[in-house]
Amino acid sequence: MKKQDFIKGFKDGMPIGIGYLAVSFAFGIFAVANGLSVAESLLISMTNLTSAGQLAAVPIIAGGGAFIELVVAQLIINLRYALMSVSLSQKLDKSVRGFERFLIAFGNTDEIFAVAMSKSQEVTSHYMYGLILSPYLGWSLGTILGAVAGDILPAIIVSALGVAIYGMFVAIVVPVIKTEKNTALCVLLAVALSCAFRYIPVLKVVPSGFVIIICAVIASAVFAVIAPITQKEGN
Amino acid sequence: MFSTQNFIIYLLLCAGVTYLIRMIPLVLFRKKIENKFVLSFLYYVPYTVLSVITVPAIFYATSSYITAAIGFITAIIAALYKGSLVKVAALSCLAVLIAELIIKYL
Repeated sequence: MKKQDFIKGFKDGMPIGIGYLAVSFAFGIFAVANGLSVAESLLISMTNLTSAGQLAAVPIIAGGGAFIELVVAQLIINLRYALMSVSLSQKLDKSVRGFERFLIAFGNTDEIFAVAMSKSQEVTSHYMYGLILSPYLGWSLGTILGAVAGDILPAIIVSALGVAIYGMFVAIVVPVIKTEKNTALCVLLAVALSCAFRYIPVLKVVPSGFVIIICAVIASAVFAVIAPITQKEGN
Repeated sequence: MFSTQNFIIYLLLCAGVTYLIRMIPLVLFRKKIENKFVLSFLYYVPYTVLSVITVPAIFYATSSYITAAIGFITAIIAALYKGSLVKVAALSCLAVLIAELIIKYL
């Protein structure tokens, strides 16, 4: 059963791993271009496993920024994971033991989270380990490849890889909003808020990490009130 | 000054903060939440977070917002036809690549 769960998770994680290969490739290029070594770029990817946070960290590290600047930036940008970890905590099977939560937490990325949440049943620890494995390997390997080979690639390829991560997000969200009207409206509100923070002068000053939290919390809370989900949908 | 020793500190801080944010809620919330509002809220969270990260940032992810928009629309169409994560991402990248080549040599 454990083995089966692991294999099932591994299969579900494969597409994420391949996607991460492309995204972390872009990260590797970016890190080396900023003056970090290949080994340093790889170490960051292997210990952080997060796209936006790492992208923000590199210029601070390479530029010799203040430690507190790095901590605050990571806190703000990655705060969404706290929200997602609360959601994931509700999705873990009863059999998941205490110490296993410490391990699973490390791999709670946007995509791994989304795939775990999309399962019809609760997920076991071995399913999660399987799910996390290929994204982790893909993320690490892509970083090395990008860091080593990045500067020989034409700018046009690098530019095209820039949308890879967003393509994955679209693939997760669109099929759901196609069939669920309330979720579609909720997403529409979130996006409208997000655009407001980007384009309205007064709101522009809010750091992007905060914007993610504010918009996601407002939209999710509004729809939790006006369109609470029934038990069936929730499962 | 940037040095190897400093890099280790940067690395520990960066990884430490990121891990704690993920770990604390997962370890603390063990009981099943029953509250309907909270459950509904948590149900919407994945979709709102991912959409907010994507829009409008995707329009700035390539060398021009036109090619980015083409990549975005391609991803939406591919996802409507229930393409897998990789298929949608790959088609989106391919669309951007083609669009950039057309713009470059037009």
